[in-house]
Amino acid sequence: MAALSIRALSKRYANLEVLKGIDLDIESGEFTVLVGPSGCGKSTLLNIVAGLDRASDGTIEIGGRIVNDVPPKDRDIAMVFQSYALYPSMTVRQNITFGMECRGVAKAEQEKALANVARLLQIEPLLGRKPSQLSGGQRQRVAMGRALVRDPLLFLFDEPLSNLDAKLRVEMRMEIKRLHQRIGATIVYVTHDQIEAMTMATRIAVMHRGVVQQFADPDTVYRYPANLFVARFMGSPPMNTMPARLEADSNGPVVVIGSGRPDEVRLRLQGYDAAASYVGRDVVLGIRPECIAEGDRVFSGAVGPPVMVTAPVELVEPTGAETIVLLRLGGEPAQARISPDIRPTPGTTASFALDIRRICLFDPETERLIA
Amino acid sequence: MRDRSFTPSRALIYLIVTLFAAAYLAPLVVVVLNSLRTNEEIAQSSMIGWPQNWAFGNYAMAWSGFCVAETCAGIRPYMLNSALITIPATIFSTLLGAVAGYAVSLWRFRGDNWIYGIVTLGLFLPQQMRLLPWTIVLRDIGLINTLSGLVLIHTIQGLSFTVLFCRNYYVAIPHELIRAARIDGAGFFRIFWRIILPLSAPILIVTVIWQFTHIWNEFLYGVTFTTGQQQPVTAALIALSTPVADIPKQGVQSAAVIIAALPTLLIYLFGGRYFVRGLTAGAVK
Repeated sequence: MAALSIRALSKRYANLEVLKGIDLDIESGEFTVLVGPSGCGKSTLLNIVAGLDRASDGTIEIGGRIVNDVPPKDRDIAMVFQSYALYPSMTVRQNITFGMECRGVAKAEQEKALANVARLLQIEPLLGRKPSQLSGGQRQRVAMGRALVRDPLLFLFDEPLSNLDAKLRVEMRMEIKRLHQRIGATIVYVTHDQIEAMTMATRIAVMHRGVVQQFADPDTVYRYPANLFVARFMGSPPMNTMPARLEADSNGPVVVIGSGRPDEVRLRLQGYDAAASYVGRDVVLGIRPECIAEGDRVFSGAVGPPVMVTAPVELVEPTGAETIVLLRLGGEPAQARISPDIRPTPGTTASFALDIRRICLFDPETERLIA
Repeated sequence: MRDRSFTPSRALIYLIVTLFAAAYLAPLVVVVLNSLRTNEEIAQSSMIGWPQNWAFGNYAMAWSGFCVAETCAGIRPYMLNSALITIPATIFSTLLGAVAGYAVSLWRFRGDNWIYGIVTLGLFLPQQMRLLPWTIVLRDIGLINTLSGLVLIHTIQGLSFTVLFCRNYYVAIPHELIRAARIDGAGFFRIFWRIILPLSAPILIVTVIWQFTHIWNEFLYGVTFTTGQQQPVTAALIALSTPVADIPKQGVQSAAVIIAALPTLLIYLFGGRYFVRGLTAGAVK
C-alpha cells in the first residue's frame, strides 16, 4: 500500500508557481529523500504534506486517505524540523510527551512510550534537562524522539542535519539510517545535500523549479540521470558534461569530443542503441569524474584493455583520499578522480583510462537523457 | 580595554551630567523636604528650605486625615481607587495584548497586518481627541463615574502599546515552534499558554511596568469621567491642592504627592533594570 500518494499537486503564491504538478507514490517502509537546490519547492512540498501549508491544486493521500482538509494533528504524521523546534521552556521529557498530552493519552501509556523512545535513542539521562542545556546532537536526538514517540504512518524530516557541524552530521546521518533499518518506518526527508540523499535514501526525488526531475533509487539517479540538471546536481564533484558529436562507422556509433580539432577525442560506444537516431547530430556527453582515472587503472567488471586518452593537465587537487585532476578532453574541461598517490604535473600531458561503459548522452535541446 | 583614567574631558562630562541630574531631581527634593516640614513653617519662610522640626505627621495626615472634597479620610480611598483601576487594567491590557500580539505575529491570517496597524494607530491619536467618543461610550453602557469605566478605557487604550510590544517580541520566536506544536496537536490557546507565555517574561515585565506607570499616573480620564469618591488619586490630588481651608497646607500636600507617587517609584526602583533588559531582549533561541 502506498503510504503517501501525491497527485497533480501544485502551489501558487500570487504570480509565483512554486510547485508544478507533482506526482509521487511512496511505498510503506521507504526512505524517500526530496533533494534539490534551495528554492526548488521541496520544503513547500513537505509542508503541504504535513498540512502546515495548503496546496493550490491536487491531492495528498496518507495511508489511503485523502487528507487535503485534515489538520496536521490528524494526519498521523510526525515531523522533525531544521531548527529542531524544541519547546524552550519544557524539559526533554515534556517535549516528548507534549503531543500525547495534547491528544489525551493516558499518563501510564505516555510513560511507557517515553521510556521506549528514550531507550531507543539513548537519551534517558537527558530527560530532566531543558533544550538549552543540550548539545546540537542531543537536541537532534530529542527532536527525533518527539517524532518517534508518536509511532506515525509517516515521518517527515525537514533538513534535520543542516544545523550540525560536518562531523556530527555524518554521525547523525548514519544514526538516522540505522534507525530506519531498525524500525522500518516510512520517511520523507528533505535536504539540499545530495550526499545525504545518496547515502540514506531508498528512493530519491530530485526537484528543480517546482518539478520532480527524477524519482528513482539512488543508483539509477546516479548512473542514469534523467536530464542534465540531475547529472550536474548529484555527485561531488559533479558529472562532467561537454558538447560532443555522435558519428557512426561500420563498427557502430562513435562519440567525438572537440570534433575537427587536432586533439579531438573519439570514443567508440557499445550498447547505446537508443542513441541511433542522434547519429550525425550534436549531443551532450556526460562522464563521471570517477570514470576518468590514471592510465593503469582497471575498472571493475571491465573486459579487455581500457580506453586510453592523452590529455593536458591543468590543475591538481589532492584531497588525501584521491587526487582530483582538472584536464581537457578534446579542448573541453573535465575533472578526473585518480589514485591519491599519483600527482601529474600541471602544464604537462598525462594518459588517462576512461570507463566509457558509463558515459551518458543527453539531448542538447531538451537536456534529457538519450542513453 | 576601556581607558578609565580621569581626563579633563571626562571631568567635564561628569560635571554636565551632574548638573542635568540636579535639575531633574530638584523638584523631587523640594517636595520631599516640604513633606517633612510643618505647614506653619512653610507659610512663614518659603517653599524652599531645610526642615526645622521634622514633621512626619504630615504623612499620617495625608494618608488618612486630610480633607479632600468635603470628606476627611485623607488620600487613602483615592489610592485604593487608583489601585482598583490600575491593577485590573494592567493585567487585562497585558494579557489581551500578549494574545493579540501572538496572533498577529505567529499566525498568518487574512488582514493580520491591517489589524495590527489599526490597533497601533491608537498610539498616535491624542488623548483629548478620544475624550468625546469615550464619553458617549461610557454613557451608553452606564459606566460614567465608575471605576469599571476607567478600567475599560485603560484596558482598551493600553492595547495599542501592549500589542505593539508583544508582537515585536514574538516575531523573533521561530515559527517552527508553532508548526511543531500544531503537528503535536496543540491549538491556538494551548500553544500560547504552554509554549509562548513561558517565553514571555521579559516582554510581560516591560508591558506591566509601562502600563502600571501610565495608568497610575493618568489624570485626564480620571478627572473627566469620575467625581467625588470615585476619583483616582491623581485627580484627587488636584482637589487637595485647591485650598479649602484658610491656611495653605503645603506640608501635607507634599506628603500626599509623595504617597501618590510611591507605587510607580517603587516599580521603577525594583523593576527598572528588568524594563531596560526586556526592551533590549532579543530572540529566544
